[in-house]
Amino acid sequence: MKAIDLLSNRDISEILVRSGEHLVLVAIAMGVAIAIGIPLGITITRYPRLASPILGIANALQTIPSLAIFGFLISVPFLGGIGKNPAIVALTLYALLPLIRNTYIGITSVDPAVREAGKGMGMTDWQLLTQVEIPLASGVILAGIRVATAISVGVATIAAAIGGGGLGVFIFRGLATVDNRLILTGAIPAAAIALGADLALGWVETRLRQQPVRLGKLDRKVTIGGAILALLLVSLIALNYFQTPATITIGSKNFTEQIILGELLAQQIETHTKIKVDRQLNLGGTFICHEAVKAGKIAGYVEYTGTSLTAILKQDPIEDPQVVFDKIKQAYDRQFQLEVMLPLGFENTFAFIIRNEDAKRLQIKTLSEAAKYTPQLRGGFGYEFLERKDGYPAVAKTYGLKFAKIQQMEFGLMYQALKEQKVDLIAANSTDGLIPVLDLVILEDDKKYFPPYQAVPIFNQATLTKYPELRSVINQLAGMISTKDIQNMNYQVDNKSRPVDRVVRAWLKSKNLA
Amino acid sequence: MPQSPEIAVEFRDVSFQINDREILSHLNLTIYQGETIVLLGRSGSGKTTTLKLINHLLMPTTGLVLVDDRSTAKWETIALRRRIGYAIQDIGLFPHFNVAENIGLVPSLEKWHKQRIETRVYEMLNLVGLEPGIFAQRYPHQLSGGQRQRVGVARALAADPPILLMDEPFGALDPITRLELQQQFQYLQTQLGKTVVFVTHDIQEAFVLGTRIGLMYEGDLAVLGTQAELLQSQHPEARAFIDCLNPWQNGENT
Repeated sequence: MKAIDLLSNRDISEILVRSGEHLVLVAIAMGVAIAIGIPLGITITRYPRLASPILGIANALQTIPSLAIFGFLISVPFLGGIGKNPAIVALTLYALLPLIRNTYIGITSVDPAVREAGKGMGMTDWQLLTQVEIPLASGVILAGIRVATAISVGVATIAAAIGGGGLGVFIFRGLATVDNRLILTGAIPAAAIALGADLALGWVETRLRQQPVRLGKLDRKVTIGGAILALLLVSLIALNYFQTPATITIGSKNFTEQIILGELLAQQIETHTKIKVDRQLNLGGTFICHEAVKAGKIAGYVEYTGTSLTAILKQDPIEDPQVVFDKIKQAYDRQFQLEVMLPLGFENTFAFIIRNEDAKRLQIKTLSEAAKYTPQLRGGFGYEFLERKDGYPAVAKTYGLKFAKIQQMEFGLMYQALKEQKVDLIAANSTDGLIPVLDLVILEDDKKYFPPYQAVPIFNQATLTKYPELRSVINQLAGMISTKDIQNMNYQVDNKSRPVDRVVRAWLKSKNLA
Repeated sequence: MPQSPEIAVEFRDVSFQINDREILSHLNLTIYQGETIVLLGRSGSGKTTTLKLINHLLMPTTGLVLVDDRSTAKWETIALRRRIGYAIQDIGLFPHFNVAENIGLVPSLEKWHKQRIETRVYEMLNLVGLEPGIFAQRYPHQLSGGQRQRVGVARALAADPPILLMDEPFGALDPITRLELQQQFQYLQTQLGKTVVFVTHDIQEAFVLGTRIGLMYEGDLAVLGTQAELLQSQHPEARAFIDCLNPWQNGENT
């Protein structure tokens, strides 16, 4: 019963759409990978000297983490950027190894006596290849396709990090909002797709294998022809899918507040202009968003002034919000041809957060007071925070913090870890909707270490020149979003599981912007 | 002597090396049209290499191999191979082709008409003593060893090539089936009159099938002649093979 309740809450149509996206990503990538990998595998059977370098390269590609490939692809023209293209490129690269290797092994392990008999009877190399070697290797090649497909279905979930869509969207959203149901909403259909594809290909494989015994030559042709036809069909559907018109693209980073702000920009533009908006919410992080807006792959996203100053411009923190704003506005204009719009109103600063019960027991309210106790506490910090110049190393120095243990963890997992007492103190965002709900408290930054983190929309100047109406529409939002507003919206999405678009629409209405 | 003076294949001072190892050295051999020449010898004596030099699966390191008076190097390889039937031990059948497809291979490569191929396949199956209605649609793994050999021979004969190369085609068979096939092959040969080069390590088989026997030893012909001539040879390798004809008697004598 419970499961049905869950599903009816969840937008079933979105599951279907995301599954469709997922399938399309995998199908296109597999189509491309097969078109490259199998001919390449055949080629290296003819030029054995190429075999080990090509297999070596394919092998090396396989070992590169997918996020690294995505990050690299952003600045690559045509194939790269954000969205579906780089996702397909990455998936294709991952699928190559099993395809090339299995084609190569399948063909080279054809009985040499059979090959020699063919040659001795006067078959040309092409006839030998098409009539003998490929048919005899087809089982092994198909096994390679199965492996590649399974890998692709898995890796495709990460495509969501660069706006490629697919079921990974649920998983990332679920991680960001500590929502296991949401994670499963993505993971279960993904597993089902992987199993389904494997079963289907397994069926084709047994059919091809049993073929000499039970089926005539015609049937083999029907099987292969059917498979090719299906692939073509899926590719066509996919192509169609790509041609949905989108005039500009709004991006966001991969946590709830960012998704809300991205959606907010998008709805504001859609309501007040005729421009169509494509949403690439949930991009991998600050750097991916920055690179994407710089390259014009997205028109704009919402950044925080402090992050721009320290993480992007690599400058030392400054206390005065106005000085920070002026400084980044100038620098963005000069260095990146990006326009920093007016602040939206609230600040989202780094916050050190502990459980309320601990705060009461230890009687601490500020970071200075906490420094006494941190040697007994376990800290949980994100990778980015530990790395950044304005992040952990500097804060620890300022307050003299030392921890019993520091746990590196994914941003989305930190609240869960704090709640379940796996860690005692985390660094997260002051606007997180979970803070009041999980009964947590923010330790005050009493030495004013953190620079101001005002939320500001950042837009590509070329896009603004092309659509001048955008500027005034975005600036209508200036100063409109209070800290309370954003915390509430975060709460609605994170904890009430309300869809982002409805939460945003309700807010726009409340401000008479809708 | 049944042999005609027309020369089908000629080896002129042929040597063949692979990785600096000499497999054949200065081989001279003339094969006449219509004769069955049996190359006899131990493993590694160079019999199979000699065979593969004829259909250009291998190329001589030095010397010339002439087929119909033309060097194999000057032949268009595919055309050369299609006029030479080739039957090898057991495994040469394509496992994914049925019997009819295997036999019809060269005719279909030669783009014969479908009807003509089918007729030819049935003819060949009858010729090697396999009932076409039963065997045409079977796959190699559904056949016994002897049946597979028959299919192999039928396949080699299908496009009616003037020359036939056979590399121990009956090697892996039980003695009774082998004898049966040898007798059938002998009968076939009287009917078809092909030029046959037949490789074996079995002296009995060589005696049954060969017009002439070429005894190979360390990459060269030790003896070349009829059965009678071989029996009289004093070459130690010839004596060693002849001793195999009656090992029991030989054992008692020494």
